[in-house]
Order: sequence, then C-alpha cells, then structure tokens
Amino acid sequence: MDKRTPVLIVDDYKTMLRIIRNLLKQLEIENVEEASDGEEALSKLRAGNFGLVISDWNMAPMTGLDLLKEVRADPKLKHTPFIMITAESKTENVVAAKQAGVSNYIVKPFNAETLREKIEKVMVHA
Amino acid sequence: MPDGAAAAASADRIEAPTAERIEEAVRAVLGSMAGDLTATEAALLAELEGLGRTVARAKQEIARLKVDDITDSHIPSATDELDAIVHHTAQATNEILDCCEVLEGVAGRVGAAEADALQSAITRIYEACSFQDITGQRIGKVVTALKAIEARVADVTGHFLEGRVGPEAPPAAEVTEGRRLAEGPQLPGAGVSQAEIDRLLSEF
Repeated sequence: MDKRTPVLIVDDYKTMLRIIRNLLKQLEIENVEEASDGEEALSKLRAGNFGLVISDWNMAPMTGLDLLKEVRADPKLKHTPFIMITAESKTENVVAAKQAGVSNYIVKPFNAETLREKIEKVMVHA
Repeated sequence: MPDGAAAAASADRIEAPTAERIEEAVRAVLGSMAGDLTATEAALLAELEGLGRTVARAKQEIARLKVDDITDSHIPSATDELDAIVHHTAQATNEILDCCEVLEGVAGRVGAAEADALQSAITRIYEACSFQDITGQRIGKVVTALKAIEARVADVTGHFLEGRVGPEAPPAAEVTEGRRLAEGPQLPGAGVSQAEIDRLLSEF
C-alpha cells in the first residue's frame, strides 16, 4: 500500500477516531481524515479522493452499513476499499456487510496486528 | 365483507379494558342478579366480587407506587449518572492517549531496543483504550432500556389512574437495514469471533 493514500476514518466516538489514527500512524499511514457519522463521511468522500475508508457501523443519523451502500452505489466511489470496524458481532451483521460489498470486517475490541493485516489485504486487491 | 375483515372491524370498535370499564361491568352483572341464586350463580357472584376487589386493590397499589418519582426522578437521575460515566471515561481515555503520544515522542529519542519496548507497550494501551467505545455503547443500550421502562410505566398508570394519560408514541422513523441491525456489543459468547468472521467472509 502507498502510505500516502488518503484514508477516511469514520466513528462517532472521538476517542476511537484518535486510537485508529494513532494505530495508522504506527503503520506510517498519516494522510488521514476523520468523520463522525455516515452523512459527514459521504460528503467528504464525494468531495475528496480517498483510497480507503475505515468505518464504524453504529452511528446516527447514517450508519456504517448505509454509508457502505451509498459508496457502492456511487459510480465515482464504488471501488473504494471499505473496512468495517465495529462492535456488531452477529453473523447477520457480517453477512449484510458482505452482501453490501464490504472489503473486510474487524470486530471491536481489535488489536493493531488485525488492523494491519486487514488493511494490507484489502489494499493488495485495490 | 369477508368474515375475517368483519371481525377485525368489530375488534377495532371495542375499547381497551380500562379499570373503570371492568368495575362498571362487574357492577352491572351484580345489579342484574336479583332474587334467589342457584349454586352456580352464587359461585359466579363470588368470583365477580373477588374480581372487583382485585381491580380496586390494583388501583390502590399503583397509586402507592409513586410513579411520578420513577418517571420524574429515578429514571432521569439514572440516565444522567450513566451519561456522566460515559463523559468521565471519555475524559480519562483522552488523558491516557495524551500520555501515549508524549511517550511516542520519547520513543524517537532513545535506543532501538528501548524504543521497541516503548512502542509495543503504547500499542497495547491504544488497543485497551477501545474499552471506552464498547462500554459507552453498552451504557447506551441500558439508557434505551430505562427509557422504554419509563414509557411503559407511564402507559400502565395512564390506563389505571383516573385523569392520567400515557405519553403518545413518537411517529415511527424510517428504519434502514443498517439501523435495524445495529444492536451494539453482544454479551460474551453471544457474538462471533474475528476468526469466525474471517471464515464467513472467505465463504462468499
């Protein structure tokens, strides 16, 4: 992965945004922007040129799954790698995310190694 | 009109059985039972009198519950306390993250072995700090449950206490698939592990 690739992280918990940002920094990924819900993320994605989205699921007003569907329905954004990082750990959540086109799925609490591994995996196929 | 539709229309016209309506019905039945009673009628009368007493006792007990304390004080106070927990844990987590960022700066000025040890410890702290998100979501679920209890209590007292009307249900908002499936963290053992998620994803 090109470490300069712009990454958008989306979570309604500011502490979680800060944790993910710091973990990405340890991976030398520093071109990072933040959004606190799906609507703000979608607006930033449409205005920017992001190479990866890392998003929470449970946010209001727009959830991560609804953001993912919007991204996959947008001709300009539909190929953007999208990793869901969420506490939603039921099988039906994983299946719904996969059917909506998620690139990978990380369940919280997660470790830095899992984050690194999933980013590398999705960026190889990007 | 089909039989089912007629029955549904008829059911729509039937009012909910309030305490007053039950008492009224009991009195009407008792009032109609004049003269000699058979053993069956006497048994029915006793049952109806018992029902009337039960309804009256239920009304008294509900009045003694001091539901105003529950809806005006106890539940709002409990939700405020829970909100304060989320606020304080967020504050503490940010303090911890501040310290980690200082330590990361120090790691850049020490020898390689020490820097590796520091970095490894900092990473573990970052991982552990995600507790704030998980606990915050769990507390959010408890707040939602408390608010549902508050609404139910108000609804029940609205039916049983004279002059009290429970709050109207808010209009139903559009529920997307993402919202419908958003339940927050599962209890230990109830959700799937990262390994199981990886396996599920590989099956597609």
